[in-house]
Amino acid sequence: MALLSPEVREAVTGILRAAAVALAVSWTALPIILAITYALADPNDYYNMEKVIPTRLTLEHIRSLIALGAGRAIVNSVIVALLTVAFSFALGLPAGYALARFVFPGRDTVKLLLVGMRMFPIIVIGVPLTVLYLKIGLNDTLLGVALAHTSMALPFVVLITSSIFAGIPKDLEEAGLIFGLTRAGVLLHITMPMALPGLAAAAMFAFLLSWNEVFVASVLTFNNRTLPAFVLVQVAAATELIKFAAVIIMVAPALVFVFAARKYLVTMWGITLR
Amino acid sequence: MRVERDKLLPYILVAPSIAYMAFFIGYPLLEGVRLAFVDEKGRFTLANIEYMLYSVHSKFWDALKFTTLLAGVVIPIEVAIAIALAMLLTYKFKGRDLAVYVVVLPLVISDVAAGLIWYSMLTGGGFLNKLLLNLGVISEPVIFFGREYLWREFVAVVLAEVWRSTAIVFVILFAGLQMISGELIEAAEVFGASPMQKLRHIILPLLKPSLQAALIIRTLFAFQVFGSVWILAGRDIPVLAGEAYYEQVELHHTGVAALYALVIACISLFLGFIYIKSFRAKYLEVGV
Repeated sequence: MALLSPEVREAVTGILRAAAVALAVSWTALPIILAITYALADPNDYYNMEKVIPTRLTLEHIRSLIALGAGRAIVNSVIVALLTVAFSFALGLPAGYALARFVFPGRDTVKLLLVGMRMFPIIVIGVPLTVLYLKIGLNDTLLGVALAHTSMALPFVVLITSSIFAGIPKDLEEAGLIFGLTRAGVLLHITMPMALPGLAAAAMFAFLLSWNEVFVASVLTFNNRTLPAFVLVQVAAATELIKFAAVIIMVAPALVFVFAARKYLVTMWGITLR
Repeated sequence: MRVERDKLLPYILVAPSIAYMAFFIGYPLLEGVRLAFVDEKGRFTLANIEYMLYSVHSKFWDALKFTTLLAGVVIPIEVAIAIALAMLLTYKFKGRDLAVYVVVLPLVISDVAAGLIWYSMLTGGGFLNKLLLNLGVISEPVIFFGREYLWREFVAVVLAEVWRSTAIVFVILFAGLQMISGELIEAAEVFGASPMQKLRHIILPLLKPSLQAALIIRTLFAFQVFGSVWILAGRDIPVLAGEAYYEQVELHHTGVAALYALVIACISLFLGFIYIKSFRAKYLEVGV
């Protein structure tokens, strides 16, 4: 390298870097694209060993998956995820606001508690909850799964929303107060509209946490399976093409999320994972 | 009165969340201990722990072995890839943001879906076998799945896990790298530091806190591994969470399943304790 002129060296570095980026992107994206393509493959193409990339596509396998009962599981998963978002926001939004806007004794302790709770594995709560739910009639209910998922999503919701509120200038709120708005008025007309896009991203993240969770959902349900639980139990015994079809449905909300919330991705995960 | 209310307000706003979490962590832990060590008649029992440790039907030791082994193989690979990726994507270039979105995508894909994706890549008629057959690299499909191919199944699980959770390590390192001042790196360049010297003497030392955080969090997740392993290898490769699921759902050994959950809880609490202890100051200083 030392023999080359600086321009050549720069060009070579640029090409190597571009190649490395291309490799990284394909390593992540290709398996998803290929799995989706295979899920749509015409069986004649799939079982033809010379056909590496299927060209004739069909929705037949998704239909077979739905016929197995995936339709109901999808509806169940959506209900559980929406309930999880509703519960975790109802509880977590006020807490996030308080952590961002008030200085009070014990604030740091609360933050640390939440950081610690965020790391508590949801797997641990599944088995004991089955016993509690049997006693109070919540076993095999969507509400029961949503309550468990809320405990997983809540620390994330508090930490993310508090960082979103902290990012909204306090001056604007104070200006609102000076011009005669009440505290509630300020919240409604100034803070919330500005926080809304970030909150939407946080809501989608909470939705996905629930949508993706499999262990607790499969332990707590029997007839009312969510989609991952359904896939784990029923689809595992189905044909390969039906298994691939499950990928499309499971991955779709994640793709929508990454596209819609792309502006918030790295900051949000920086916060939640640090 | 007004002052009093304002003083109480933040506590009133925070209390519901803390109470909810306290219940959903505290109750299962206590109930878990009761399920694991108390029999139906309310007497103390060691039957569950004896079953878990010594029964021929129990795969506890294998599960502990494979969970640890998987973590030991997967995590170093992920850290190496994540460091390289974070350095690569820190430079600003056209299309960088798009590349970052794609690279972090697996973070929001479920473990079950990741398992199925890699099943579609590696199965007999899957993409990789077809590709290699048609390129003439192999003459018949490489079989990855089935009990007799245990180590190939293990490779499949490693691939799926590395694919799925490198993003977790990457995001933490990437966020950490953004905080390192560019001036330091530029200064090193001015003084003629080679890329390797920059990495060793500037970037890695400054990245150490993020690296520690990433390692602990990733290890924590590693002990919860379940969906991808269950899809790709079933119980051929037993893992702690998988055995908890099996004992509970298939055998209705609630006490044993609770015991597995407690083992996972203890490992997690231990790692979480280290995490809070080492990052407490830093976390609060950066602020949420």
